[in-house]
Amino acid sequence: MLILNIKLFCSYMPQFNIWILFSFHLADIISTVEFNYSGDLLATGDKGGRVVIFQREQEGNNRSHSRGEYNVYSTFQSHEPEFDYLKSLEIEEKINKIRWLPQQNAAHFLLSTNDKTIKLWKISERDKRAEGYNLKDENGRLRDPFRITSLRVPVLKPMDLMVEASPRRIFANAHTYHINSISVNSDHETYLSADDLRINLWHLEITDRSFNIVDIKPANMEELTEVITAAECHPNQCNVFVYSSSKGTIRLCDMRASALCDRHSKFFEEPEDPSSRSFFSEIISSISDVKFSHSGRYMMTRDYLSVKVWDLNMESRPVETYQVHEYLRSKLCSLYENDCIFDKFECCWNGSDNAIMTGSYNNFFRMFDRNTRRDITLEASRESSKPRAILKPRKVCTGGKRKKDEISVDSLDFNKKILHTAWHPKENIIAVAATNNLYIFQDKIN
Amino acid sequence: MSKMAGADGDDSLYPIAVLIDELRNEDVQLRLNSIKKLSTIALALGVERTRTELLPFLTDTIYDEDEVLLALAEQLGSFTVQCVFFFFVNLEYLDKAVESLRKISHEHSPEDLEAHFEPLVKRLASGDWFTSRTSACGLFSVCYPRVSKSTKSEIRQHFRTLCSDDTPMVRRAAASKLGEFAKVLELEYVKSDLIPLFAALASDEQDSVRLLAVEACVSIAQLLPQEDLEKLVMPTLRQATEDKSWRVRYMVADKFSELQKAVGPEITENDLVPSFQNLLKDCEAEVRAAAANKVKEFCENLPADSRETIIMNSILPCVKELVSDTNQHVKSALASVIMGLSTILGKDNTIEHLLPLFLAQLKDECPEVRLNIISNLDCVNEVIGIRQLSQSLLPAIVELAEDAKWRVRLAIIEYMPLLAGQLGMEFFDEKLNSLCMAWLVDHVYAIREAATCNLMKLVERFGASWAQSTIVPKVLGMASDPNYLHRMTTLFCISALSEACGQEITTKQMLPIVLKMSEDQVANVRFNVAKSLQKIGPVLENSALQAEVRPVLEKLATDQDMDVKYFAQEAMTGMYLF
Repeated sequence: MLILNIKLFCSYMPQFNIWILFSFHLADIISTVEFNYSGDLLATGDKGGRVVIFQREQEGNNRSHSRGEYNVYSTFQSHEPEFDYLKSLEIEEKINKIRWLPQQNAAHFLLSTNDKTIKLWKISERDKRAEGYNLKDENGRLRDPFRITSLRVPVLKPMDLMVEASPRRIFANAHTYHINSISVNSDHETYLSADDLRINLWHLEITDRSFNIVDIKPANMEELTEVITAAECHPNQCNVFVYSSSKGTIRLCDMRASALCDRHSKFFEEPEDPSSRSFFSEIISSISDVKFSHSGRYMMTRDYLSVKVWDLNMESRPVETYQVHEYLRSKLCSLYENDCIFDKFECCWNGSDNAIMTGSYNNFFRMFDRNTRRDITLEASRESSKPRAILKPRKVCTGGKRKKDEISVDSLDFNKKILHTAWHPKENIIAVAATNNLYIFQDKIN
Repeated sequence: MSKMAGADGDDSLYPIAVLIDELRNEDVQLRLNSIKKLSTIALALGVERTRTELLPFLTDTIYDEDEVLLALAEQLGSFTVQCVFFFFVNLEYLDKAVESLRKISHEHSPEDLEAHFEPLVKRLASGDWFTSRTSACGLFSVCYPRVSKSTKSEIRQHFRTLCSDDTPMVRRAAASKLGEFAKVLELEYVKSDLIPLFAALASDEQDSVRLLAVEACVSIAQLLPQEDLEKLVMPTLRQATEDKSWRVRYMVADKFSELQKAVGPEITENDLVPSFQNLLKDCEAEVRAAAANKVKEFCENLPADSRETIIMNSILPCVKELVSDTNQHVKSALASVIMGLSTILGKDNTIEHLLPLFLAQLKDECPEVRLNIISNLDCVNEVIGIRQLSQSLLPAIVELAEDAKWRVRLAIIEYMPLLAGQLGMEFFDEKLNSLCMAWLVDHVYAIREAATCNLMKLVERFGASWAQSTIVPKVLGMASDPNYLHRMTTLFCISALSEACGQEITTKQMLPIVLKMSEDQVANVRFNVAKSLQKIGPVLENSALQAEVRPVLEKLATDQDMDVKYFAQEAMTGMYLF
């Protein structure tokens, strides 16, 4: 009976036995990570405007350990640095977000955005090459026109697989402020893009127009108190989307109700705990990421110190709150001074919505099991993990006596931050970006 | 491999060889060029080689740019069905390919269709990628009419499956082709098969699918006999007018006139009138604006015997409220059609009920609303005569003429000739003349230019003697304005008016001024003198040309400024004065 329970226990939380599958060093700081709908492709964007796509090796490979190793599939330069002449401002090429489109045919499509411009990229494979010219002979020399006595249609011969990325659409000039989110609608036809004050709705085929659906810019800019920090479309209801703000509120809007969704349908805000109020309360309440669960019933928000799960049916408070690094609460002053308090951490759900993950400092990342309320801290770094080694749980010591293997709060490296993480949509594979390094971890199967 | 006509020493195959090679050139334009000449290549290769070599090659090079694929799909129209089939598995631009297929389908015998077309359609309808399923939707209606009964039944089944496909894209394609498919179906099947599908799509969870069902509604309503409409179509239509999504309601408003014609007078009176009222009062401004746009058309198409009652009792109250709507686009849409109601309602009703509305909109704070009223004055003129409005019209025109936004000023200038015609010469001289003059010295060049054109049209309408007494003196007076731009405007006006004013005025009054300005301090003025002389030359007598114009041009041809010299020489050449 006991053994059975342990087995159940292990399969119930398999993600807590993790071994590193693959690590990759990129040329620049990684700024976004995203799996596609099947999980076979993983896209990363970096500060230099490059997109690197990794592909999972298909099963049936003759390598014994590859239960699906990720290898580089395609690399391309998505955005270049630009200069806004009217405002004398540089536009960074850093990729803020990547979102995949559902697969329509053999090619793959993704949207990538920097601060101002969104691009739709098509990634396709070519494994054939044309051979046979009419005007040239085998050595490449031009033939005499008078000596062409028959016509030759080129024949396609197989060649090494080549993966090409081509920009299919460029959606530009619609945002005055910096784009922080893009999200594809469940109708597979439209998507939204959000900047600090506005949210626009685009049609994937139309680049010269977009509809503005949310505009929170006050008539007098001096009255500005709140900005939009993230936005997402509901996974299956085509008319619903949410956006979060710097004041810790989330608004759910219904595009059916009106053309301009300035009036929200639902307003989510947790009442503030007066005892924990401080100078930094508002800053740390700012929501850096909002994600719907796959089921569409819940949504998760990340603020500076915690992750909250909300039931869409209840606006008054979240149903679950998880402390990510509560030990930082007493350090807020110094974190404010070194600007870390403004770091924007992302969060993600696993495929079955029973676990969530988010990043922290010192290359630590945290996972929470929603059913058992167990949590774990792991580190993504080369020093502490060899290939196929099982990751050891980490612990931060807050009190006086530091145990062996624990790390004290003051020794945490705040330059090593994990802002971007992604979870495979179906399996227990996670991607963690630690500055220039991408780690892919997988749950160990016995 | 057949040897083409052309022994050694003949380069006739060369151009085709070039085309073939360029099919895979790095340069997009060259590939595009070759694709556009595909039929030439095919002709040279012959049917067999085209089918076995060329087409397989083309299908596999589908990694191409959008424009090339589009051009390719267009070319398919000249190929047989068998050839076309190769493209469908991978081609991204299936809609264009489908269009080609539809064009050629009627060239095929029914047997051919059964043998090749229908299996193609079947293959597409059950394709893995939803793009092929989407394109199948476009092909059903073209092959249905001419295939066998059993095949027809199969096609209907396919369509049914696609209407409940998992992917929104496929359901959207099915919904958009619903109307077209209905047109080729036998009536019994429209009722038994298509109506349930229509109802299902109209209640789809995706807004984008329900939207398209509204369009289909019109086609289906047109096909069914009157007695079936109430049971089969109206429930769905009623549902759409009350849909939670404003976009669906907008679609209904947008298609309202077509719906009205399709359902007939009785249902219009009982159902559509209340629906139209609701749309005019909708909570979403976009819907109200779309409905407002249809007010005139809707009213015009009401049955003659009940038209006036319906309008007075049901429509007019809503219209009155729209005049003071909070949203400017709604008011603007209304303003563009409201005048049209006067012809329907007749003189008395117009004076009593509509006139106050016109006047209210004429004073609206939004310039577009005012402009829309002014641009439709001719309808009112027919019914009650414009004098009724002129009291309020004038302040409105003046305000628009002096609006801070130049595009608003530009719009009113463009209506000026029309207004002048309707208001008459006296009214114009009294009230509007000074406005037209003021525009000539506006800060914005586009306004000055439009004002010049306006004067020309006015002279065409009112005649040369009117011009001589009212505007010519003022125009010529600007020739001594301290601002060189205004002096140049005089020259542009003269160029524009000379033909309409005629030889005498041009020679006696305009020419001396122009010649005098050849000594202007500013070079721009001087070279425009040369250009003006060239323009008015044809109106002048030859004696004047030789005696007066030529010496001046010769002098300008030796001017210090290069541009003056150039234009003077051009003028002389152009007028054969060298």
